[in-house]
Amino acid sequence: MSKNKTLHDYEEVIRACVKCGVCQAHCPTYQANKDEGSVARGKIALAAAIIDGVTELEDRLKEDMSMCLMCGSCVTKCPNKVPTHEIVGAVRRQVTDDEGLSFIGKSISTLLGSKPLMKTLTKSGAAVSSLFLKKLPETSGLRLRFPVTLMKDRTLPQVAFRNLFDRIPEFVEGLDSKPVVGFFAGCSITYVYPEIGEWMVSILKDMGYSVYTPRAQKCCGIPALSSGNGKLIEELSANNVEAFQGKKIEHIITACGSCNSGIGEYYSSMDGSDDDFTDKVIDFSIFLKEQSLFEKLADMEKQQNAVTVAYHDPCHLKVQGITKEPRELLKLLPNVNYVEAEGASYCCGLGGTFSVYHYDTSKKIGARKMEGLEDSGAELIATACPGCMMQLQDSINHAGLKVRAVHILELLAKALKLEARKVK
Amino acid sequence: MDSQIYEKLTAIVGEKNVSVSVTDKITHSYDATQEMFLPDAVVYTSSTEQISKVMQLANEQKIPVLPRGAGSGFTGGTLPVQGGIVLVLTKMDKILDIDTENLVAEVEPGVITAELQRKVERLGLFYPPDPASKEFSTLGGNVAECAGGPRCVKYGVTKDYILGLEVVTPQGDVIQTGGTTLKNVVGYDLTKLFVGSEGTLGIVTKIILKLLPKPEAKKTMLVQFDSIDGAANAVSEIVRAKIIPTTLEFMDKSTIGCIRGKSSIPLPESCEAVLIIEVDGDKSQLDGQVEKIIKVIEPLGVVDTRIAVTEEESEEIWSVRRIVSPSLKKVNPDKFNEDIVVPRSKVPEMIRALEAIAEKYNVSIVNFGHAGDGNIHVNAMVDLKEEGTAEKIEKVLDEIFSSAVGLGGAISGEHGIGTSKAKYMSVGLNEATINCMKQIKATFDPQNILNPGKMFLN
Repeated sequence: MSKNKTLHDYEEVIRACVKCGVCQAHCPTYQANKDEGSVARGKIALAAAIIDGVTELEDRLKEDMSMCLMCGSCVTKCPNKVPTHEIVGAVRRQVTDDEGLSFIGKSISTLLGSKPLMKTLTKSGAAVSSLFLKKLPETSGLRLRFPVTLMKDRTLPQVAFRNLFDRIPEFVEGLDSKPVVGFFAGCSITYVYPEIGEWMVSILKDMGYSVYTPRAQKCCGIPALSSGNGKLIEELSANNVEAFQGKKIEHIITACGSCNSGIGEYYSSMDGSDDDFTDKVIDFSIFLKEQSLFEKLADMEKQQNAVTVAYHDPCHLKVQGITKEPRELLKLLPNVNYVEAEGASYCCGLGGTFSVYHYDTSKKIGARKMEGLEDSGAELIATACPGCMMQLQDSINHAGLKVRAVHILELLAKALKLEARKVK
Repeated sequence: MDSQIYEKLTAIVGEKNVSVSVTDKITHSYDATQEMFLPDAVVYTSSTEQISKVMQLANEQKIPVLPRGAGSGFTGGTLPVQGGIVLVLTKMDKILDIDTENLVAEVEPGVITAELQRKVERLGLFYPPDPASKEFSTLGGNVAECAGGPRCVKYGVTKDYILGLEVVTPQGDVIQTGGTTLKNVVGYDLTKLFVGSEGTLGIVTKIILKLLPKPEAKKTMLVQFDSIDGAANAVSEIVRAKIIPTTLEFMDKSTIGCIRGKSSIPLPESCEAVLIIEVDGDKSQLDGQVEKIIKVIEPLGVVDTRIAVTEEESEEIWSVRRIVSPSLKKVNPDKFNEDIVVPRSKVPEMIRALEAIAEKYNVSIVNFGHAGDGNIHVNAMVDLKEEGTAEKIEKVLDEIFSSAVGLGGAISGEHGIGTSKAKYMSVGLNEATINCMKQIKATFDPQNILNPGKMFLN
């Protein structure tokens, strides 16, 4: 029996769609493609048709179901809050259950064993990609996100020479008066942007916390969710819950919007989920606010040479209602002049594994943000999700803007004058 | 679908823009009425020329063609009730020109209403029609249905802003109506004929719109009254004071009952009607207008008045209106959403008639809408699973429509007729009038291939 929900579990909410069409205004793929198969309403109609036995999982249907970032933008604006992203996930799992992992295309089938992948890589001569992948564990979501990046013009993230686990101790001791917190780093921070993880740990240590970053943690499962691999999510969730049993901790902090939604929101929707784990999951911005860091920042004097910064809402935080805290944090930073860019809440276009097999649509979605970003005059675009950072930088490069995508923690660490490498 | 016809369609629009798959048939089978009819084929077009060729083929082969935009209509305007080709225009979404000297814009039919509004507002201009669906409805759809919206009290509806159209006729001819000038009396006013024709006479492929300068500022207020008469009289008094607000939205007692406790603005038991009043214009005049409004409505049983100072406060006021629709489902699962219209002075009388009908048939009827222009959104909330409800609701709707027409109004203010209200066309229109309309339809579309089964009962 699968711990993931099945399509039939969603029957009631599927019937709650009144076909008003509001989702068209909020769906990034619809905005890019302008066809009904791309939008939530169309997918709900198809999900209902599958349940009713009116249609089968024909290729055209699979194509439509693949055309979803699972960003949840439609859900927040839906009058009946129909969870299309979850329903699409359930359909994708049903497809992969029936047909194996072929659904998403060959690249994704390389997930658990990487032989076919390597074959494709050799064929395509994508040497950079193959190097990129060698450094990643087999279950890492990065393999799903950038499996065979044959897209020539994609700005590929570089895998760091030394990953986060080589850079920080598993346990960093803080003050006795402060509790131990866990840090769930996620693949992008661990392997591509380890400095973000270092900043996170430095900041927490500076606040007096002991920080536990268990080595046994693996991918959160969001890319697997996106590719319909229910079995892998089950494995990953069981592993991650287990990984944090090593120490008595009060919170599990994330600095990646997708990981936050994966190990928090999604795990708690699974059958037999561990509330003790999922209840502890907290985004860094909320944690820092709750622990009064914002007050300390408010007392700091604005710097003369503060840099102009805009914010990008990661979908996985936006749909959980986490939009205010990251902005508040940026506004309080003495080294930042905050500007709100138009389209700050538009999806960046990465969407789990979406950009892999729909790179053109993904680029179009990302491009929608660029006009607002340019008009804002920002020198940096800060966000709270390393996945978004990669995609934003790609869009920025395509648009020829002189803007750098950064993580909020980089700016915060600078404000607190903390150097990444000095965590002991 | 005949493979020869399929081949011909692919030759016109390209293979990837024609589909006969079950998947595409399903995703193009519905609109906001939630009814479903599978078409025989789905075709996406990108030019007037393609549409012209598709129409020639359809006319030759007598295949129904259903033009479709966002599919957000409430009366079945895009439903393929007789099968045929659903012709999707969403990809024809370019704003072709915004002429800031002549205050005219030229757009393709797939442009989203709010998209155009944002673009022109950046240039200090204004396109007023604001249907509730403006964030996703297409301008082509707005033209076909002559969409209205809250702002029409002051600014009028879609037809008041259409200067000219390019239309493909059911035979595939491309015609031009009107033009870019405000004045133009050459021949019949075909523009007005096509606006609101619900896709039964031709397919609009280009739209020339009139723009206004953007009002400098606006001010929003929410006023609670102890009776619907108080609110309705307030509307009359405001107009008598020579103020035409941008919007005058009302909610009746039953609506307030649905949202009480859910809005951030408290709505006490003593509040039986709410008016949301917005005025716009030069900044210097707005405070004076608001003061005058407060003064004239003061004696009418005002429970509370709230004036928004910041943009957030204005949003808070509008959020009261926005939570209405999602709250209705909690009353009963099935909604019959009608949009009758009466002269604005008759709004209280209409509300009383609705209350009497609700009591007579023991049905919950929730009313809100545009008090300023008498357009009332009547929502009869029922549970169709209960025995006899379907028959009962027929009678309820009959009485509602008769009452509206009896008070000098009409059965639809802005949603249109489509399939949902076709059988009520004769309420308020005599046979000769309907016949005249049918003759127009027969002249334009003798084979009845364009959006058949709509507006008139066959």
